[in-house]
Amino acid sequence: MLSFVAQRVVKGVIVLLAIVVLNFFLIRLAPGDPAAVMAGEAGASDQIFVKQLREKFGLDKPLPEQLFIYVKGVVTLDLGFSFRQQAPVAKLIGERLPATLLLTLTAFAISLIAGVLFGTFAARFAGTFLDTAITVFALIFYAMPIFWVALMGILLFSVTMDWLPSFGYETVGANLTGLAHAADVGAHLIMPAMTLGLFFMATYTRMTRASMLEVKRLDFVKTARAKGLSDAVIQRRHVLRNALLPVVTLAGVHAGTLIGGAVITETVFAWPGIGRLMYDALLQRDYNLLLGVFVTCSIMVLIFNLITDLVYRLVDPRIEFAS
Amino acid sequence: MGGVINAVIQPEPPGLMLAQIQNGPTQMVSGNIFEGLLRYSPKLEPLPELAESWSVSEDAKTYTFKLRKGVTWHDGKPFTAADVLFSIEMLKQTHARARNNLAQVDKVEAPDDYTVVFTLKQPFGPFLGIFEVGSMPMVPKHLYEGTDWKTNAYNNAPVGTGPFMFKEWQKGSFIRLVKNPNYYEKGKPYIDEIYWQIIPDAAARSVAYETGKVDVLPGGSVENFDVPRLSKLKDTCVTGAGWEFFSPLAWLWLNNRQGPLADKRVRQAIMFAIDRDFAKDVIWNGLGKVATGPSASTIKYYTADVPKYPYDPAKAKALLKEAGYKGEKIRLLPLAYGETWQRWGEAVKQNLMDVGMNIETIATDVAGGNQKIGDWDYDIAFTYLYQYGDPALGVGRNYVSSAIAKGQVFNNVEGYSNPEIDKLFADGAVATPDSKRKEIYEKAQKILVEDVPVAWMLELQFPTIMRCKVKNLITTGIGVNDGFKDAWLDK
Repeated sequence: MLSFVAQRVVKGVIVLLAIVVLNFFLIRLAPGDPAAVMAGEAGASDQIFVKQLREKFGLDKPLPEQLFIYVKGVVTLDLGFSFRQQAPVAKLIGERLPATLLLTLTAFAISLIAGVLFGTFAARFAGTFLDTAITVFALIFYAMPIFWVALMGILLFSVTMDWLPSFGYETVGANLTGLAHAADVGAHLIMPAMTLGLFFMATYTRMTRASMLEVKRLDFVKTARAKGLSDAVIQRRHVLRNALLPVVTLAGVHAGTLIGGAVITETVFAWPGIGRLMYDALLQRDYNLLLGVFVTCSIMVLIFNLITDLVYRLVDPRIEFAS
Repeated sequence: MGGVINAVIQPEPPGLMLAQIQNGPTQMVSGNIFEGLLRYSPKLEPLPELAESWSVSEDAKTYTFKLRKGVTWHDGKPFTAADVLFSIEMLKQTHARARNNLAQVDKVEAPDDYTVVFTLKQPFGPFLGIFEVGSMPMVPKHLYEGTDWKTNAYNNAPVGTGPFMFKEWQKGSFIRLVKNPNYYEKGKPYIDEIYWQIIPDAAARSVAYETGKVDVLPGGSVENFDVPRLSKLKDTCVTGAGWEFFSPLAWLWLNNRQGPLADKRVRQAIMFAIDRDFAKDVIWNGLGKVATGPSASTIKYYTADVPKYPYDPAKAKALLKEAGYKGEKIRLLPLAYGETWQRWGEAVKQNLMDVGMNIETIATDVAGGNQKIGDWDYDIAFTYLYQYGDPALGVGRNYVSSAIAKGQVFNNVEGYSNPEIDKLFADGAVATPDSKRKEIYEKAQKILVEDVPVAWMLELQFPTIMRCKVKNLITTGIGVNDGFKDAWLDK
C-alpha cells in the first residue's frame, strides 16, 4: 500500500506541475493585467505609472522567464508575493483555507451521509410514496442553482424567521471564546453548508438509489436471501456495500466541483474562504494569488482523489493496490 | 457619546496603504486612519486638517501652509513638516494622480518644523484643491524612509494621524478601527470603534442592513432598485450628500478615430437617440441628474448654457441619414459593475437600435474592459469618472490631445483632438483671477458639447443609507471618504 501511495504522490506532483504551467498561460490569455486594473482604480494612469507597476509585478520580463521564476518558486514551496494585497500568497491562502475546509468538509459530510441514507431508503422502498417524495426533493435541489437556494434560505431563515445569521463566519465584535464561539461559528455555518451540501446530496441520493436497485437484481443477493440472511443484513452488507462504489467515485470527482460551488456560496454568505479570494484575485488579475489558489485547490483535489482510491479498498477488499 | 458603528465596505480593499493603493474602498476605510493637509466643504472651500492655515503670495506662485502643532502619529511620534516633504516624494512615485497634480510644483521646502512652502512654476488655479486625504495622504517618514515601500510591514497595519487607528483585519470578514485617544481635536472622535463589514453580494448587504447587522451602507453598497425599499425602513435616513468633491459623471466613450463615430453628426445622433431621463428614472431609480456636458453641475465653472440634446429619435435618425450611416456594426462595451450598469447597457443598446444603429454588445469584466478601452479597441464604452472639484483636475484630462496615450485608461481614450480645446484647458489651469478661468472653462464646455467627443449621460448620485441614530456622518464634500471623526450615535 505504501508503494501505491508513493506512486500516486509522484504522479500527483507531475500533474500539479502541468496544472501550474497550463494555468500560468491560461490566466495570461485573459485581457487586462494587474497594472491595468490598478491604474484603472487609481482613476489616473500615465506611462510612468503603468510601467512602474509592470516592473513591480515582474510583468516586463519575457513570459518564459516569468514562468521559470514562478515554477522555481512553487518547487521551493514559495507561492510568491501578492503585490495587490501586499502580502505573501501563502499567508493570504493560509488565513482563508481553514474557513473553506470547514465549509466544504461539512457540506461534503452532509451531502454524502444524507445522500446515501436517503438513496438507501428510496431504493429500499422503491415505487412507494416515500421513494417518490425523496426522488422529487432530490430532483428539486439538483435543479435549483446554488445562489438561488442561498438567497431563498436567507430570506426564510434570516429575514423572516430570524433564526440564523445571514452572513459571515462569526458574530463580529462579540469576542466569544470556547464553546460559545464554536456554537456561534456553527450557527453561521448551517446555511452555507446546507446550501452547498443539498446540491451534492441530491446527486448522491439519486446515484445510491439507482446503484442499489441495480445491485439488488444481481445473483449474489438472491443467494444471500436463499441463505436465509435477514433483509437488513442483505441491504447493508451486500447491496449497499457494492452499490457504494460508484458513489465513492462520484464523491472523489466532486472534490473539485465542491470548491467551485464554494466560490458562489462563500460570496452569497460572505464566508471568508479561498473561493472568494480566488474570485477577487481573478477580477483583479492578481496572477500570483490566483495561481496560488489554483495550486492549493489542485493539491486538495489530488488528496481527495488519493483518499477515494484508499476508500475503494475499504469498501471493496477485492480491489487490489496495483504496485 | 461612544458606541460602535458597523458599516459595509465593498469590495474588500486590497490594502489600506492609501499612498500606494488608490481604489475607492481603500480610501473609504483609510480616510479614517490617514489625513491630508486640507479637507473641503460641500461647496469645495478648503477647510483646515493637518494644516491649520495657509496663505498665497501676490503672484499666486507661492503657497505657505502652517501645520497644526501637537499632532502625533498613532505610534506617538510627532507629525512635522519633514513628514510632508517625505510624503510628497513618495506620492510622486506611487500615486499617479498626485504626481499629475504636483506637476506644476517647482520646489517644496520646510523652513521650520511646522511650515511648508510650495513654489509653483506658474500660477495653478486649482492648487488648493489637491490636498484632500485621498489625493495627498500624509505618510509617516520614520516608518517608511529607507525601506522597500511596497513590502513595508506597515502597509498591513497602517499608522496615520487620523481619528481612528487600525486594530484588526480579518481578511474576508471585517476591518476594525478603534478610536485614537490622542487625537489632536480634543473630545473627537466620538465613536469608539468602527467595524467595516465585508459582504461581497449586493443582496446580502441589503439583508445585513434589514436585519440590523450594519448601520451604514455607503453610496454604491446596494443595487439601486433596493434603495427605495431600504429607504422606507423604520429609523432609516438617506442622504445624497458627500460626493461633491468627487462629482461622479457617467458617459459613453465614443471612439472618434474610426468608422461612423468619426463623424460628429453620428456622435450628436447618439446624444439625441438616448433617453437619459428614462435611464435616470427607471435604471437609477430617480437618483442623479441628466448631464449637460463635460462638467458636473457640482464643480467649479459649470455652465448650463450649452447646446442641448433632448431625447429626439427623429432628429437622431435624420442626423444619421445626413452622415450617410449605412448600418455598419458598432461595438458597445457595458461596464461590469453590477446589475444597474448591465441594465443601462441594455437600455442604451435598445435606444440606439431604435434609431437604426447596428449595435453589438461585447461582454467583458472590468480588467478586460479597461484593456480594450486603453487599446482603443471599442466603438462605444460605458464609464464614469470623478471630477475632483475643478476642470483642471478632473475634466481636461479626458479631452486635451496631450492626454492621448495608447495602452492607458481614463485619459483621452476617445482620441478627440482640437487645438482650440487644448489651448483653453492649458490657459484655464494657469489663468488668474477666477473670473478669467470661469470665462475660459465656459467657452470650453460650449465647444465640447457641440463636438460631442463623448456622450455624457448622468451625474451619478450614490446615496448613503444609515440608521437615523447615526448623526453627523457626512460633514464635508468628501463624505464617508473623509473619515468618521465628526460622527456620533444618538442613544
